[in-house]
Amino acid sequence: MKKAVKRIYMGIIFLFLYAPIIVLIVFSFNKSKSRGQWGGFTLDWYVDLFKDRQIREALYFTLLVAVLSTLISTIVGTIAALGINNMGKFSRSVILNINNLPVLNPDIVTGVALMTLFISVKIELGFVTMLIAHIVFSIPYVILAVLPKLRQMNKHIAEAAMDLGATPSYALRKVIIPEIAPGIISGALMAFTLSIDDFVISFFTAGTSATNLSILIYSMAKRGVKPTINALSTLMFTVVLILMLIINKKSEKGEEILL
Amino acid sequence: MGRNIIELKNLTKRFGDVTVVNNINLTIKENEFVTLLGPSGCGKTTTLRMIGGFEEPDEGQIFFEGKLLNPIPAYKRNINTVFQRYALFTHMNVFENIAFGLRIKKIPKDEIEKRVKRMLKLVDLEGFEKRNVDSLSGGQQQRVAIARALVNEPKVLLLDEPLGALDLKLRKEMQIELLDMQRSIGITFIYVTHDQEEALTMSDTVVVMNNGVIQQVGTPQDIYNEPINRFVADFIGESNIIEAVMLEDYKVAFDDVVLDCVDKGFAKNEPVDIVIRPEDIRIVTNPDEGMIKGTVKSVIFKGVHYEMMIESDTGREYMVHRTIAFPVGSYVGMNVQPFDIQVMKRGDPL
Repeated sequence: MKKAVKRIYMGIIFLFLYAPIIVLIVFSFNKSKSRGQWGGFTLDWYVDLFKDRQIREALYFTLLVAVLSTLISTIVGTIAALGINNMGKFSRSVILNINNLPVLNPDIVTGVALMTLFISVKIELGFVTMLIAHIVFSIPYVILAVLPKLRQMNKHIAEAAMDLGATPSYALRKVIIPEIAPGIISGALMAFTLSIDDFVISFFTAGTSATNLSILIYSMAKRGVKPTINALSTLMFTVVLILMLIINKKSEKGEEILL
Repeated sequence: MGRNIIELKNLTKRFGDVTVVNNINLTIKENEFVTLLGPSGCGKTTTLRMIGGFEEPDEGQIFFEGKLLNPIPAYKRNINTVFQRYALFTHMNVFENIAFGLRIKKIPKDEIEKRVKRMLKLVDLEGFEKRNVDSLSGGQQQRVAIARALVNEPKVLLLDEPLGALDLKLRKEMQIELLDMQRSIGITFIYVTHDQEEALTMSDTVVVMNNGVIQQVGTPQDIYNEPINRFVADFIGESNIIEAVMLEDYKVAFDDVVLDCVDKGFAKNEPVDIVIRPEDIRIVTNPDEGMIKGTVKSVIFKGVHYEMMIESDTGREYMVHRTIAFPVGSYVGMNVQPFDIQVMKRGDPL
């Protein structure tokens, strides 16, 4: 009896969480343009999606920003984590708190702040500013993903490599980086997901010349929800879902996975 | 044992305000098994790390085969280290771990293969090439760490508490194996431990350190039988340390007893410390036949022997190790042979 109650309770919670997304996905295959009724199965909206030049362009920007910001924030974040790991106890905790602040900061504040900054130093809002913004909000997550791996690592491992004749840079490339690779990959996946996922910060920093998918969906939705939006949102959800599954699988096994 | 291979001259290292190694001098010979022994924080590991090149001395020189080693970075020293808790490369298998140093030296592939195989045989890990190092037991990881260092054929191997993480039985086995290895390949081992028994079992020379200062250098027998001061006597094995006065050559006095000893050269009535090992005190059932009379206060069974605390009439407690127990409360006599009394200059009180 108790068990059944537990199960039902959990079922209700999951229903609340996933019902909207399930509805969205179902209606992305709906032949009828109406949001209320089912008019049969179709893939038309997905086809339309890729015919639309605006959407293709937004997709291109989204992926370009995601790839570039992932690459840069992963490199910067990993180097930062290496430095933080070698700090004394006090400075490390100070830096880590500074690092955690942007993670907890509401996106809208980050977005408005970045926009204000860009405008005040007279950088024109566009692709570059959106890219910088994405790099900025991804770095703390990369640091948070890499640091635990560094802490786990035997503290003498770099010395062991040098003891065997490795120069400091060889030790970094062939020993330290491979040892913390699982953390770096997790951080990169997280950065990629966050970048694809982001609307608020992009909205404030993209200006008018660059539009990514989330901004496009927002502006399309203002003109009324077309079924193509459902299809587009479904695709984005699927990509993020797959990335999250990979990240979870990795942290579950606690080891590296080949992508 | 031949030429000097490592010399430390006036070596000093400070961390902030704390002097961890204080002006030490030490000479280590080829093929010698030297142990740096002392309580934690005595500077033994720091000394080892300076020889390995992981800490820079604040003052003094390190010489390797007569050449100054100070300016040479760790990766250019012909010295290898077995680290505490091994520090193996977990993303590589056993073979790659051992081959790491050889690959850096750009040694041909088949040569690497041969040398790694030979090492695996030496450390008794044949067939483990492809295994992940995380899947190995502590003892096996230890062997990989030793093989990884030895495959480079260093002239000196540094070992930083290499057996610290193993259980007692495995420790004892590995002690013997390490010693066999050192004898068969004939290289200098510098070994750091806080375990006095380990130091006595394995070493040619024991260097006892405390507070960054070398207390005594000698063979295990020297260190055990003729400790130079209270610290060494207390740290190495169990001992009765007694404050006494040297009456004249070969005569030492404390409480109400005067004992014959084999030491001379002290000033008349010079205050000294004497050491009597618990196993060197003999008990006689007739108190009148003993130099010191006392009452047995406690008896503990220790396996090989009984440990008895005997309080003399003057109120001094003696620790005595005997294979036969005397019942608590019995009044007995104690005797000590002159050569079992070690007289030391009075140092700082502990």
